[in-house]
Amino acid sequence: MALALPATEISAKLEAQFPGSVVESSGNTIVIKPESTLQIASFLKNTPDFDFDYVSFITAVDYNTYFELVYYLISLKHNHTLTLKTRCTDRENPSVPSVNSLWKGADYQEREVYDLMGIRFEGHPNLKRILLWEGFQGYPLRKDFKPQ
Amino acid sequence: MTFKTESFVVNAGPQHPSTHGLFRMRFTLDGEVIQDVEPIFGYLHRGIEKLTEGLNYTQDIVFTDRLDYLTSMSNNHAYVLAVEKLAGIQVPERTEYLRIIMTELMRIASHLMTVGFLLNELGAFMTPLLYMFREREKILDLFEMVCGQRLTYNYFRIGGVSQDVPEEFFPAVKKYIDSLPRFIAEYDQLLAENEILLMRTKNIGILKPDAAVNCSVSGPVLRASGVNWDIRKADPYSIYDRFEFDVPTGSVGDVYDRYRMRIEEMHQSIRIIKQAMAQIPSGEIQAKVPRILRPPKGEAYAHVEAPKGELGFYIVSDGSTNPYRLHIRSSSFINLRLLRELMIGTKIADAIVIFGSIDICLGEVDR
Repeated sequence: MALALPATEISAKLEAQFPGSVVESSGNTIVIKPESTLQIASFLKNTPDFDFDYVSFITAVDYNTYFELVYYLISLKHNHTLTLKTRCTDRENPSVPSVNSLWKGADYQEREVYDLMGIRFEGHPNLKRILLWEGFQGYPLRKDFKPQ
Repeated sequence: MTFKTESFVVNAGPQHPSTHGLFRMRFTLDGEVIQDVEPIFGYLHRGIEKLTEGLNYTQDIVFTDRLDYLTSMSNNHAYVLAVEKLAGIQVPERTEYLRIIMTELMRIASHLMTVGFLLNELGAFMTPLLYMFREREKILDLFEMVCGQRLTYNYFRIGGVSQDVPEEFFPAVKKYIDSLPRFIAEYDQLLAENEILLMRTKNIGILKPDAAVNCSVSGPVLRASGVNWDIRKADPYSIYDRFEFDVPTGSVGDVYDRYRMRIEEMHQSIRIIKQAMAQIPSGEIQAKVPRILRPPKGEAYAHVEAPKGELGFYIVSDGSTNPYRLHIRSSSFINLRLLRELMIGTKIADAIVIFGSIDICLGEVDR
């Protein structure tokens, strides 16, 4: 059975390593500040106890006042999981650091989030629309999207 | 004397017989060698994730049939598991077994298609494919017996299945899975000892285990690279912990290993179906679920080992009748990242074989 790692333990370690980066943690979920996404992801991937070598999926949810990005991480080695979240409050120009440099599996998924939710991933080498065509106006998965 | 050389761009698709749907690849070639490849897709994008927000949880099952339309049963399963997790619904025993039998039959049907099409792409045009279709037809007949449909089954319900199987179903399944190993063995002998097939698939498109994990690859493609990762074993959902079966893994990670994985997995599916048929109890097939389901506020993620890889549904509920947000973790879409890993540096003639060995379905890529 895949083990859902207790978030409080991990967040204590994260807090010691990167003070002020963790917003909240409960159950199997840790919410972190968007600007520290890349450092924390890198820490989680490269620390031997965690070894999160596999990013299962990346997605985003529009909560009207903020966007929440969800990273579902798995360690194939230890068979444990963690849900990492970060929130963007800027509706006009939301952006988070890209984790593409750590996991190539993030490449298309970040493009998909950009395409449908309009969140920019800083440092992504080829951030452009992937499912919709170039020149499409708006981001359909946002709650305030009005189809033409 | 020196020749002036320059790379040139070749377009494949979107209407190309071996792309299994509308899919385009833009190759940059240096002579025969691929320098770069850019997959272009989205031609079948229907906005399913957005559409589900406008309909209630039961109505959304219909959309899942239309993701990977070759593995509808598995899609149904992943979706209902996520909703049941969200709403805390316990499923009756008999239903669990029925679901396992259906999804494993579906796996066999999907792998038959994959192997058949792979051969098609190697130039064994249509003959092997039609043999595979012959066997797949029998599975479709079984499904038709159960739910009256041959492609988009819509068989699973939240907390159950739409109807119990008819009396003649289990004898028919038994007859079918008893005949299948002989057929697979015969077929495998014809193909795996064929020199052309071996030359075209061995050591072609090698995927290293580290690269496979880093690219979030899942399913038979991941296991062909030697990574022992099967969600049925790693995170047993439904009642998979009750069955004995092996997880076949490859050693090289080439096209041939990916072909082998599918053959081996069909044998394992037969084992699971046999055990499930021996253990299945009689009884209820539907848990008590409100007609209009309102799961509590929260979120849930459930994933299954679909024939093509990890298929997962991430659902956020706001307590209303419709999902607030539904995200589909589609293995076809994520596995496509491999194209660049595998194709750059190989010859253009191998591109289509490599593409076929990844086994994608555009319905699930574009959603």
